[in-house]
Amino acid sequence: MNAPDTLRTTAAEVASHETQAVSGYNFAYLDEQTKRMLRRALLKAVAVPGYQVPFASREMPLPYGWGTGGIQVTAAIIGAKDTLKVIDQGSDDTTNAVNIRRFFARTTGVATTRRTSEASIVQTRHRIPESPLTDKQILVYQVPMPEPLFRLEPRVAECKKLHALADYGLISVKLYEDIVQHGSIATTYDYPVTVNGRYLTSPSPIPKFDNPKLHMNAALQLFGAGRERRIYAMPPYTPVKSLDFDDHPFEVERWDECCALCGSRESFLDEMIVDDSGKRMFVCSDSDYCHERREDIDARATNESGENA
Amino acid sequence: MTPLLSARALTKQYGGRNGCRDVSFDLYPGEVLCIVGESGSGKTTLLNTLALRTEADSGALHYTGANGETLDLRTLSEPRRRLLARTEWGFVQQNPRDGLRAGVSAGANIGEPLMAVGARHYGQIRHTAQQWMQRVELDAMRIDELPSAFSGGMQQRLQIARNLVTGPRLVFMDEPTAGLDVSVQARLLDLLRTLTTTLHLSVLIVTHDIGVARLLAHRLMVMQGGTVVESGLTDQVLDDPQHPYTQTLVASVLPV
Repeated sequence: MNAPDTLRTTAAEVASHETQAVSGYNFAYLDEQTKRMLRRALLKAVAVPGYQVPFASREMPLPYGWGTGGIQVTAAIIGAKDTLKVIDQGSDDTTNAVNIRRFFARTTGVATTRRTSEASIVQTRHRIPESPLTDKQILVYQVPMPEPLFRLEPRVAECKKLHALADYGLISVKLYEDIVQHGSIATTYDYPVTVNGRYLTSPSPIPKFDNPKLHMNAALQLFGAGRERRIYAMPPYTPVKSLDFDDHPFEVERWDECCALCGSRESFLDEMIVDDSGKRMFVCSDSDYCHERREDIDARATNESGENA
Repeated sequence: MTPLLSARALTKQYGGRNGCRDVSFDLYPGEVLCIVGESGSGKTTLLNTLALRTEADSGALHYTGANGETLDLRTLSEPRRRLLARTEWGFVQQNPRDGLRAGVSAGANIGEPLMAVGARHYGQIRHTAQQWMQRVELDAMRIDELPSAFSGGMQQRLQIARNLVTGPRLVFMDEPTAGLDVSVQARLLDLLRTLTTTLHLSVLIVTHDIGVARLLAHRLMVMQGGTVVESGLTDQVLDDPQHPYTQTLVASVLPV
């Protein structure tokens, strides 16, 4: 997202040119055998929260790093009656989100939406929606690097062993170094978590602001890493703890400003430069949340003016 | 007194050749045992086998844990082995770069074993790291510097601190003073001697340097061609060598 999202496309407009399924493709693009393979991996992932299950990642019609993992997970779980929402950095209108949404609209004909509350599946990159999810919803993450120990231990076999033995001293070394160099734990995204008191897990590059939302979330959270060929999951109501030190507890980002469009002080804000003279503006990164709040404010304003007249 | 570490007919060979063969010994608590011998005599193979870094081919290896339990090391499960290596053992490599993590500061290097066994208080970890830096005669002010900022001898001391911080009972050392100049070697040996006596450590040292052996070791094992050719009290072996190889070894020390 590189411009304040002031556009308001109606759901009908989106639907008019997106929900025509094209012929010649199997439902949700992948063949049934592949989807079955993916579902088997997903079942295992749900059974062992936080454990990275290897799977035979397929070539998808988009490059690695653009969400090939997430798109395969979504393809494996989507049904004709689902409603899909795709966000990228919280926004529904960025290239990645628009294209993946259109891809599924074309290959499945399912309804798509921008409203978090209306969606049954939300595929996301880099954010968790601000509005709380329900136990009827599934959140699918696109993960570039599923291995939280990747920067610390380059050997994949050794990483597997460390996970198997829950030998996680290494990750504390990274946090320690952060404090040494920056005075506080400077990791702001992809902040490592322990899932269900067992597996050290990467939450995908969401800001650490979103980490508390992972904890005991009502929705099923599925993570797909296409290039690295790993799937993992956090089942509904799974305890998820962000790592920290006793004397340097986990903290989320805070802003002095509020959202310039909707005035929210609770949401994750993007800082944007809006003109050549460097004028700055803070707006919600979750565009749907911002829209809804603005609609509420407008509705309230109309009511009040109606009462006054 | 029960031995801390006890090996019987321990064999580890590479394709039926080299390595070490038929080694038996007992190491008692607080004892420093030195393994000497020429290059290729199987010293390091033996040390790695004892420290469970390589799998032995045959023989028996037993260790008495801190709780008094006798463990059969060869059949011990991987998690137990790792726990043992983390809590009761230390391993000092010949080259400090192999034993240290180059990308993180000195403090993190010393603190890592603590964090691996569950320390979660940054201030305390740092305090312990500083204390250990002082104990191995390093400037505690340099706690945030990378290992590469330290000299070779300092790196070796850093590695020793990292290995001793969890309060191990048994420390394996693979030529800890090789590659250091003589004056640095002397200081390091002095430090090792102080630490082993004050901490009541059992130490297994591999070296080809008779001087190191004489200064540190209570007992000596002389290896040649993969087997132990002579063993006994250090002074006894060095002053009255029985085996022809030991005699050559003692005779070839350069007089000062």
